[in-house]
Amino acid sequence: MPKSFDDISAQLRARHRKSARLKWISMGALGLAALFLVLFFADMLVKGLPAFQQAQIQVEVDYSEETSKMPLKAVDRDMSRLVSRGFLRLIPGRMEDNPDLLGTKKMEWVTATAEVDQYLKGHYSRLKDDQKAIVDQLVDEGRAELRFNSTFFTSGDSKMAELSGIASAAMGTVLTLLVTLAVSFPIGVMTAVYLEEFAPDNRFTQLIEININNLAAIPSILFGLLGLAVFIGFFGMPRSSPLVGGMTLALMTLPVIIIATRTALRSVPDSIRHAAFGVGCSRWQMVRDHVLPIALPGIMTGSIIGLAQAMGETAPLIIVGMVAFIPDVSASLSDAATVLPAQIFTWAGEPERAFIEKTSGGILVLLAVLITLNATAVVLRKKFERRW
Amino acid sequence: MNMKVTPRGEHAMKQDQPGQPVTRNDDANHDLSIRVRDLDLWYGDFHALKSINMDLYSKNVTALIGPSGCGKSTFLRCLNRMNDLIPSVRIDGLVEMDGRDVNEPKMDEVALRRRVGMVFQKPNPFPKSIYENIIYAPKMHDLVSRKADQDELVERALRDAGLWEEVKDKLHQPGTSLSGGQQQRLCIARAIAVQPDVILMDEPTSALDPISTATIEDLMDKLKKQYTIITVTHNMQQAARVADYTAFFHLGEVVEYNDTKTMFSTPATKKAEDYITGRYG
Repeated sequence: MPKSFDDISAQLRARHRKSARLKWISMGALGLAALFLVLFFADMLVKGLPAFQQAQIQVEVDYSEETSKMPLKAVDRDMSRLVSRGFLRLIPGRMEDNPDLLGTKKMEWVTATAEVDQYLKGHYSRLKDDQKAIVDQLVDEGRAELRFNSTFFTSGDSKMAELSGIASAAMGTVLTLLVTLAVSFPIGVMTAVYLEEFAPDNRFTQLIEININNLAAIPSILFGLLGLAVFIGFFGMPRSSPLVGGMTLALMTLPVIIIATRTALRSVPDSIRHAAFGVGCSRWQMVRDHVLPIALPGIMTGSIIGLAQAMGETAPLIIVGMVAFIPDVSASLSDAATVLPAQIFTWAGEPERAFIEKTSGGILVLLAVLITLNATAVVLRKKFERRW
Repeated sequence: MNMKVTPRGEHAMKQDQPGQPVTRNDDANHDLSIRVRDLDLWYGDFHALKSINMDLYSKNVTALIGPSGCGKSTFLRCLNRMNDLIPSVRIDGLVEMDGRDVNEPKMDEVALRRRVGMVFQKPNPFPKSIYENIIYAPKMHDLVSRKADQDELVERALRDAGLWEEVKDKLHQPGTSLSGGQQQRLCIARAIAVQPDVILMDEPTSALDPISTATIEDLMDKLKKQYTIITVTHNMQQAARVADYTAFFHLGEVVEYNDTKTMFSTPATKKAEDYITGRYG
């Protein structure tokens, strides 16, 4: 007697329940992950966005003979405690550049101290009550307000929170990544081309392959030790420089690029290789003219992701001295420099309240750059993807 | 086709000289193109080709037939050393072309493939434009440099492959945008663009529909005036239609090599007869 649909359905009920349960569990896991992501971004945005604003106050600046020697006297006593000393220090220099200023008095908008800044943003501030009263009065008179903080993007690190910015770290990151790219891309791609297209499949190449895969899993700080020993210790390259940092990160990026390139080469169908050999290509012509162009989007995607990884790396750079206080923006490969994550690390260690928002602001910038890089990788892959 | 045959002994095929077909096709050309003597090939331990002797005549179509795994494609790839790409292959014996052993150490496989072109089972145009597909190899071999010469060469190759009329207005579109049959003719045009002596075809129509197949068969008939064509096919009728000579492979041996008409009417061996009449394979 064959079973009816109803009988079969009754038996299936428990199975359907089980699959529904598993579906809910997996959706829960996904939701939890999404929740953490949202919390993280919200926290960073709330803490970091204020870093892009900075308190400015309007004060009368007295460009006298006396000020050129003692710039702290350029503004009157009560106000001078509220004005960033970084601004005051620049006055003699400005007077030298522009002699007409001598003997004039001007109302100017100048950068306020970090304490005024924090007070205006409603955070804890170490200002005394009388100073707070002055600031309140300035606000009422429209002589104190929060403005876009261009200093954050144009200057390097500083001991004064109101004057510190990410420019030197950003420049250091650019230089370091250029070195990383210049070293790891050609070496990585050529290594992969050799292993995939030229090398015989024997014990030796298998050993190399296993070791490359292992290299990708090594703690990054060990690459820092290697960089310290080889580049600084043995070759005597300058400490803390983008050159050494970039080469150290290149060591770390190499296995990523090699593995990505090999995968991309492997996805090129053999029929293309046969076609190339069939018309009389040498092996190198086959690789250069046919296989590499097809594999290139995959190679670029892998390399960009490798670079993005290197860009977020701090540990190996601690060892080669790139986690440092770098106030000047330098465009040289051999000068001391720092990178964005290292700058964030440095700021995170500062005790002052104002540096907390700098830290978060730096993280926002780093995240924005990383998202841009990864999005570029995705776009490249989509754009050049070939269908067979 | 008259399929009535009388059974013969397995070793009825007695040749005066090794490598020559049992009976001659008097319409065909008999200039030697490739001479194969005692060719053995192993994939690791597997003995894939066993002491092959064949004289391949130029400006003919020679068809290689036989059941799957009989070694006909392997044999074809010996002629332009495509087997070099497989690491475990070992080859012994003589494949002589133009007085030279193609397997001798001094022989440059790139030079060999310049003279022995190949068309594959699945159409495999380069993912470049139709124009680039044709001109790539001639440019690489320094056959042409001036733009006008290049244009002329592309047109001639496409005309010879019977594709010109269909693609002349879209030479710069990707070769992969063509239909399967057109792609295969593009591959043939690509092969003849370097003016080889021999064109090897490895089941060139097995991925194509009957109309495209007929077009390619006509093309082979035309091309044999200029080129030596050696083709592997699973299609008995195709061999009967296009080939001047046919070789029947079985288990790595050439069981019978014969004039096509004789092969399909009165084969000299029982095995070939059974295969051709569809009793196995």
